[in-house]
Amino acid sequence: MNKLKKIGKWIDDRSGLTETILPLIRHPVPASVRWAYVFGSGTLFCFILQVVTGIGLSLLYQPSSQEAYKSLQYITQQAALGNLLRGIHYFGASGMIILAGIHMTRVYITASYKYPREMSWISGIFLLIFTIAMGFTGQLLRWDSNGVWSSVVAAEQLGRTPVIGTWLARLVLGGKTIGAQTLSRFYAFHVLILPGLIFILVGFHLYLVIRNGISEPPKAGRLVNPKTYREWYQGLLRKNGEPFWPYAAWRDVLFGAFVLLVIIGLALTFGPPELTRPPDPSLLYTTPKPDWYLLPVFALYALMPPAIESYAIIIGPLLAIIGLLVLPFVSNKGERSPIRRPWAVFGVICVVTFVTSLLNVGFKSSWSPDFKTRPVAPARSPAANPEISSGAVLFYKKGCQYCHSISGQGGHNGPDLSIIGRSWNTQQLQIQIVNGSKGMPAYGGMLSEKELAALIAFLKAQK
Amino acid sequence: MNQEEIKTTINRRKFLIRISMGFTGIAAAITVVPVVSAFLAPLLNDQEGEWRDVGTLGDFEIGRTRLVRFEDADPQSWNGTDARTAAWVRRDTENRFTAFSANCTHMGCPVRWEADAELFMCPCHGGVFYRDGTVASGPPPKRLAQYPIRVAGSQVQIRTLPLPITHITD
Repeated sequence: MNKLKKIGKWIDDRSGLTETILPLIRHPVPASVRWAYVFGSGTLFCFILQVVTGIGLSLLYQPSSQEAYKSLQYITQQAALGNLLRGIHYFGASGMIILAGIHMTRVYITASYKYPREMSWISGIFLLIFTIAMGFTGQLLRWDSNGVWSSVVAAEQLGRTPVIGTWLARLVLGGKTIGAQTLSRFYAFHVLILPGLIFILVGFHLYLVIRNGISEPPKAGRLVNPKTYREWYQGLLRKNGEPFWPYAAWRDVLFGAFVLLVIIGLALTFGPPELTRPPDPSLLYTTPKPDWYLLPVFALYALMPPAIESYAIIIGPLLAIIGLLVLPFVSNKGERSPIRRPWAVFGVICVVTFVTSLLNVGFKSSWSPDFKTRPVAPARSPAANPEISSGAVLFYKKGCQYCHSISGQGGHNGPDLSIIGRSWNTQQLQIQIVNGSKGMPAYGGMLSEKELAALIAFLKAQK
Repeated sequence: MNQEEIKTTINRRKFLIRISMGFTGIAAAITVVPVVSAFLAPLLNDQEGEWRDVGTLGDFEIGRTRLVRFEDADPQSWNGTDARTAAWVRRDTENRFTAFSANCTHMGCPVRWEADAELFMCPCHGGVFYRDGTVASGPPPKRLAQYPIRVAGSQVQIRTLPLPITHITD
């Protein structure tokens, strides 16, 4: 024991570890810093979890266009605990995005981005962007049909950039089409470039906490004055500051452990996302859909007016990022308490409502044709009338049912037609079917007169 | 050392420091060039499209649209199935064919031909196209792209194209 202690002392003396690190982790923080401050460190815990499980996955994964999908199947079905490893990595990504969002919301609501912590906010914005980029590129590395089509979607979005759109699309694909280099690129992004940037920025983000101190919980009426703030903050620390380690850090550690357990629990219960079909762009009968954290964007693309969409795809995110970056410069002093900043709270409520609503409709994706729908139950189309029966068949065969439902059968892109016969007459139905409308194809050229009559008869019978 | 000499020395030191920094900068810049070129390589690829056999005349019925699968222009030896691509080919008349890209012009998702409905439908955001590739409904901003297609002897051939990208001006 004595010898071990001696070795320990020698290492510490020559490396100066305690001398350097102790003052850092024992930096004083305001005593009032409590549970609201655990989300940043929670995000960091998730990031470390992602690095560790990512290393585990990289030991098993083949980042090659030919082998990636097979190696994923191997990880999921054969490798010891491989399924769990994938599950933890997936839920870890979800946890990191959720906690980063909560952390950012907390910082915004308590205006912690104000003087002197502007740089913390700015580095945080980039961390958020890189985290989402990690989520996207990671989902893609599954290199199943979803992965392949997600890279096409990414290329199409970048393609909307004025002037250099095509170049950007080709840079992201690694060529003119999906191919051998596409996966290599995304692998480099996901495993080297983005984590490298995140490491640097996390280091900087943490360094700023030491440099400027953690923001004290706000109090209504206590204004931030850049001229006197630093001095006032030092006074606060002298008066009631306590060392971060262990008096504040225990909450972070406990919360981190809780987050890890929840992630592992979710991974054990639900497992990783299932692999879709093989990465073959010639298999067209597939329905690409992003992981949940990108569903709000996916939903937005379906719901935005097409006329503004091309602009919104590029300008929207750009404006949002610029707005976030500019925030600490247009408002870097004054009130921090949310009670005195009701508009800030209102804004957060609006954004959260907007994003969760989009997420909700994204899960349903009612704008997508329901290709799996089954023909309407015969009970709805009285067999006695052959015209109505053939109308029912046409309603299914002509694809009407992909978008319209009758008695619970069918898609939800267009109105439910279960009782259309009560309110629409023959003429109205005919005009709608033949001419279509903004959201519906004009079927005039695709139906014979007999077919049209049968369809109308069928719809009129829906009462 | 008099004042004048000190000044000269400092200038010399400054000069040498700058020269050293400059050299290091140049060395670093040279190192970065091949890395940047690896990143930009896809832009330097001027591979032209290739004609690919997609079937014989007998495989296509007049008035019908069917799926054809073929290899992209520039497959690598280590490519998996991801170098494959597909198009929807319609035989309009005895000798006239139309080949539609399978990529929706909205976000590039795979459109599928619904033969009975005579519509191309996209699973992602509900884009629909008529049999001639024009937009029927949904968010797509323009008609489906088309591949050059020809008949060579009894073979039907498609010329490979880059992934059709929709631009902000479309």
